[in-house]
Amino acid sequence: MEYVVQQIMNALAFGAEYALLALGLAIVFSIMGLVNFAHGEMIAVGGYTMVAASALALQNPFVIIVAAIGVAMVASVTLERVAFRPVRYADPTTGLLTAFGVSMILQNLFLLFVSPRPIAVTSLYFLEWSIELGSLRISSLQLFETITTLIVIVILMFFLKHTLLGLAMRAASLDFEMVRLSGVRANRVFAIAFMISGFLAGIACVFIMARRGSVDPHLGFDPVLKAFVACVVGGFGSLPGAVLGGFLLGAVEVAMLVMLPQSLGGLTDAFVFGIIAILLIWRPDGILAPRTEKGDKQ
Amino acid sequence: MLNVENLKVFHGLIEAVHGINLVVPKGQCVALLGPNGAGKTSTILGITGVARSTGVISFDERPITEMSTEARIKEGISVSPEGRRVFANLTVEDNLVLGGALKPEGKSERIAYWYKTFPILGERRDQMAGTLSGGEQQMLSIARALMNDPEILLLDEPSLGLAPKIVSQIFEMIQSLRDEKRTILLVEQNATQALRLSDYAYFLNNGRIVAKGRPDELGGREDLMAKLTGIT
Repeated sequence: MEYVVQQIMNALAFGAEYALLALGLAIVFSIMGLVNFAHGEMIAVGGYTMVAASALALQNPFVIIVAAIGVAMVASVTLERVAFRPVRYADPTTGLLTAFGVSMILQNLFLLFVSPRPIAVTSLYFLEWSIELGSLRISSLQLFETITTLIVIVILMFFLKHTLLGLAMRAASLDFEMVRLSGVRANRVFAIAFMISGFLAGIACVFIMARRGSVDPHLGFDPVLKAFVACVVGGFGSLPGAVLGGFLLGAVEVAMLVMLPQSLGGLTDAFVFGIIAILLIWRPDGILAPRTEKGDKQ
Repeated sequence: MLNVENLKVFHGLIEAVHGINLVVPKGQCVALLGPNGAGKTSTILGITGVARSTGVISFDERPITEMSTEARIKEGISVSPEGRRVFANLTVEDNLVLGGALKPEGKSERIAYWYKTFPILGERRDQMAGTLSGGEQQMLSIARALMNDPEILLLDEPSLGLAPKIVSQIFEMIQSLRDEKRTILLVEQNATQALRLSDYAYFLNNGRIVAKGRPDELGGREDLMAKLTGIT
């Protein structure tokens, strides 16, 4: 019983991380059709901010967390302004290549100006202890991660449903021009989308750093690849799809880790992606892909 | 109020409108008529800044040619575009809320007013706009355009693809807007109806204005009507 609960917590924590990052990708994709592969670098930016904060002798972990999230948001908005605005209305492929380029430039900047080696950040270790509930032992970090993600999703849903900018963002995913024709400034919608995306990356960064305890230039690569897969499974451009895909991916991953015999342990990812391939044969556009209009009625 | 001089509108490299002049005086309804592909919608796209254009567009004596689309809307131009383009993934109510993005004050009164004018929209306020019928979407599109309380309303083919009964309902509504002394630029293929509603009309063909005048003058021109309907 304990074992099962622990594995469920594992799956939820994995899933929460993927869902956070997948949401960040999906929000940007839904309004501008851009797969932002530089999203992972926002996690690394957050990580290096923690290093810098520690170097500045800021001990308060609350300050460090807020700084990491804040800098990730600023970095994300800056990227939109500098790199993505010029290709905003260009071909999707141009946007994709731009994102790859930005990602590489940032990784190399970290390599050149910080360090190619991992740098330890110990200030978040306090988030991890075990909670004992009777015979159950749960990691506090996993609990925090799951709860935080759920809270963030609820806040995001509220924002998208009940604020003017939220409505504009949802409308923009279908018809951006008409949103502008209603008088909402396009630049604001894009800036907010990237700000939210950076915020989500910042939150994910806090938990990734608390778990790993170190940052290196390629910190964001793996998580964003997984988030991308989560988006594809859930249906690219669909926000509920991104959340569903994230948690589903987490669950499948943990299930494979648990069920595969020791000898096949190294093939976990292969099995995970195999299952996803089967899923995509069943639903090629992803589980919750936005319905495409086929008629002439607009 | 709206003054367009030597307007040329481009789609990529193609010039769709070849330098037209057009005036919409305050409080009047001006019709822009013409057959398919005459450049009517392109003219609207040029005025709203969605399509690239050259020439001078001034609004209330202020030049708006250099402004972005959003800035032009803020000046007081509003549009119910061709094909209605309601936000299909938003509820009817949210469509109206977003349509009133620039005028938050008195928003709920205006929404209530539209529910009274079009009771069907009130009944379906929580329904996704994509599930409405074509006629309902057209009502919503016009109501949404008026949520910003604009100085001028550009109406692009409000009767397109609608059942005759709905069409007369839409035109009745435009008539009531006219009675309120709103300024309207009405783009239509349905010349008879549009002429009945307007104070002045321009006839566009192949991207040029080929005739203009008061409705009673233009209405009698058999040659124009023939061009419109394609009956020669």
